[in-house]
Amino acid sequence: MTAPTGRPPMSGADPAEPAEPGTGADPSVTVARSGPSEAAPETAATASTGTSAPAAAARPGRRAGLAAVTGHRLLWPGVVLALLLLANVLFTPGFLSIEMKDGHLYGSLVDIARFGAPLILVAVGMTLVIATGGIDLSVGSVVAISGALSCLWISGLDDQQDVGGVLVAVGLALGLSLVLGLWNGFLVAGFGIQPIIATLILMVAGRGLAQLITDGQIITINSSPYKLIGGGYWLTLPFGIIVVAAVLAITAFLTRRLALGLLIESVGGNATASRLAGIRSRGLIITVYAFCALCAGIAGLMISSNVSSADGNNAGLWIELDAILAVVIGGTSLVGGRFSLGGTVLGALIIQTLTTTIYSVGIPPETTLLFKALVVTVVCLLQSPAFREKVFHRRGRRPGASPASADPKVKVPA
Amino acid sequence: MATPVPILRMSGICKEFPGVRALSDVDFRLMPGEVHALMGENGAGKSTLIKVLTGVYDIDAGEITLDGAKVAFANPLQAQQAGISTVYQEVNLCANLSVAENIFIGREPRRLGRIRWREMRRRATALLDRLDLAIDVTAPLSAYSLAVQQMVAIARAVDISARVLVLDEPTSSLDAGEVEQLFRVMRRLKDEGIAILFVSHFLDQIYEIADRMTILRNGRLVGEYLTSELGQVELVGKMIGKELEDLTELDEKPKELEAVERSQPFVEARSLGRSGSVEPFTLTIHEGEVVGLAGLLGSGRTEVARLLFGADHATTGEVAVGGTPVALRTPRAATARGIAFCSENRRAEGLIPDLTVRENIVLALQAARGWSRPIPRRRQDELVDKYIQALRISPANPDQLVKNLSGGNQQKVLLARWLIVEPRLLILDEPTRGIDVGAKAEIQRLVASLADGGMAVLFISAELEEVLRLSHKVGVLRDRRLVAELPNDDDLTTGVLMETIASGGRT
Repeated sequence: MTAPTGRPPMSGADPAEPAEPGTGADPSVTVARSGPSEAAPETAATASTGTSAPAAAARPGRRAGLAAVTGHRLLWPGVVLALLLLANVLFTPGFLSIEMKDGHLYGSLVDIARFGAPLILVAVGMTLVIATGGIDLSVGSVVAISGALSCLWISGLDDQQDVGGVLVAVGLALGLSLVLGLWNGFLVAGFGIQPIIATLILMVAGRGLAQLITDGQIITINSSPYKLIGGGYWLTLPFGIIVVAAVLAITAFLTRRLALGLLIESVGGNATASRLAGIRSRGLIITVYAFCALCAGIAGLMISSNVSSADGNNAGLWIELDAILAVVIGGTSLVGGRFSLGGTVLGALIIQTLTTTIYSVGIPPETTLLFKALVVTVVCLLQSPAFREKVFHRRGRRPGASPASADPKVKVPA
Repeated sequence: MATPVPILRMSGICKEFPGVRALSDVDFRLMPGEVHALMGENGAGKSTLIKVLTGVYDIDAGEITLDGAKVAFANPLQAQQAGISTVYQEVNLCANLSVAENIFIGREPRRLGRIRWREMRRRATALLDRLDLAIDVTAPLSAYSLAVQQMVAIARAVDISARVLVLDEPTSSLDAGEVEQLFRVMRRLKDEGIAILFVSHFLDQIYEIADRMTILRNGRLVGEYLTSELGQVELVGKMIGKELEDLTELDEKPKELEAVERSQPFVEARSLGRSGSVEPFTLTIHEGEVVGLAGLLGSGRTEVARLLFGADHATTGEVAVGGTPVALRTPRAATARGIAFCSENRRAEGLIPDLTVRENIVLALQAARGWSRPIPRRRQDELVDKYIQALRISPANPDQLVKNLSGGNQQKVLLARWLIVEPRLLILDEPTRGIDVGAKAEIQRLVASLADGGMAVLFISAELEEVLRLSHKVGVLRDRRLVAELPNDDDLTTGVLMETIASGGRT
């Protein structure tokens, strides 16, 4: 327990910062949530009791109860992330070291945050959609479309180094992403189409649209201003991390400082009651889908900028599934209602760390998917109260039986 | 009319839930070849008795005998195998499967593991013929009206086990013609010797179809009566729990209706109605006036409230608020005009269970302000603390999840949500149901003081005493029609109200 407590603040230096404004926004509730994201239960308890001081009316007893509940929610993902990082340290001794080179921060942890940036963005948008009880499968296509449009525009510029031209490209791509999100929201809220179907349409059609934009080719560009978005540095930090921090700060402000979060959670928690309380859920849902697509659009810019090309076929492929996974690992229920931005960031970081681990530990490429699935299964099981009840409170007969039955299953594919 | 040997006998049935005695020492018997109505107001124990009978709940005390043999069902399947089938208000069938598949699902005629489709269709058609129902058994169930679906459910139940049939509010969403069709089927089954237990909130239907009735009140048996020997007024009296003679003695302070009527009308509904939900009604609610709505469950009380709140769209008539005609298309439009509505169904339509007490209380006010104008935290604390204290919400913890509160406290949270928006018309649908006596009195006092402060209140309650104590005038509903509007003067007693409910305003 103590080792992870010490490490994550360092490892989480970058990702924790973006989480800070969000958790700072709501004085009482969310601070308690942010505690465990920084690591272990002990810190969670102290963090929340520390912050209970401003809320004078609060009684210590129920503060502790609240911390226990919210602590549980992010405790296990936090533990898993810590273990993953620990595993990396064992295989790669210098894993946690961060050094300054040419005025830039370098290190595996920085890389995790940098390469994880698009996923975090998409997952943050997805969090709000899922909180309303919906889902957005089209984010991967939006990633591709956004990258394709901006690269197409830049490739048509006389001078690809022209900052003005690149800004126009970015504006166009984000504008189109917004329109696509509005389309999704309109199908869901305006016509009552089930979210999974409504966004499936754009998931499939969007790939076609992206290829239409790129004319079926991979558009390659050579624009250093555009390269900054996904591959550049600013103030010693990778630019992508700064973008993520900004988006997170804005999202946290809108949802926790303003009342957007309450209304979203209310609509997702009980749509009928929300309507009777006078909430305009239609506009709210459209907004949320538009926001999600906008996040995906920014992620698309990052991904295409990082490789200086747009691939309508493969850019952002399956990112919707990783994003949904990140949201669920972060403790937001697919049923809707309560959501946790901090949890989502944690979930996205777990997925990205996993990918990094697979490479650094040297797991054979043909088993990477299996390995990934295994870790995700463990996280999901740890999140399940029924599972915890069975394993941790009744150490009687079951544990002996289940590994035995699990073993042959593993052996068969191997 | 019925043979003297009951096929089913339940005696001394007790059932307790945490904190509630749902049934205490209830006896019930059912004869073959009779339609037996189970009567009682909401919470009287009808559903519990049916669930005990069909094996959903086990009993704490008492015994059930079927055909003279003692039985104890662990689940509905066992009850079904023993010969007791239930058809609920919501049809429990698969709408996407064909009629024949629905009737035989799980017990398809087979040969060598293959389903014999032709045989299945033949038997389904024969079965439905028995009920005088000529429909295409290969069509999906969803192609037919709810009434037909219900009859398919009955056909299935009868085919599985044809001794005792429980019909739990089968008619609540059927129109008159469909009810007639259902009754034809019920009579036919009765003639075949099947015992039918029937639950309905429509008195006319009870008197049309039932041979005998058992009345429950507050989990206790009131008595068993022949329908032909118990008048409607007496029936209502027994259900609500006061003999007519006692009721007339209740001293009620007459409200000064004239004074209230002189103030501005706030809401005027003219021929407002919604087909299939509530017949057109005309009702005026003045500022500072408490209008009570009385009627049995399912009489259209809630439907009136929903129309006035814009939760349902009216198909006829118009509403004027403060003298100007308005279209109340959404609850939001209604709240913007100062109308608030506390639903009787607080779990499904009121609270957001996963949010805290504080969030639930500020929700309506926040919704009215929009997402971009949050209520400052200090103001939230002020409002929430004020109403937690005023309504004595317990535990007095604004950060408690509302799903962890008891029913009465949940009701208070809902009330607080609407009180902080300071509405001009507050619609309360069964605000005191399921809450303890002390809280009930608090809410009644609150309603009276709000009205004194000029707020208009539409007060819906199944408890006539409560309606009388608070209201300036009382609207009486029966079978989805506003049958009378009575000023609450010296002459108005619960007895008069009951008579009006029972007679439907016809004298």
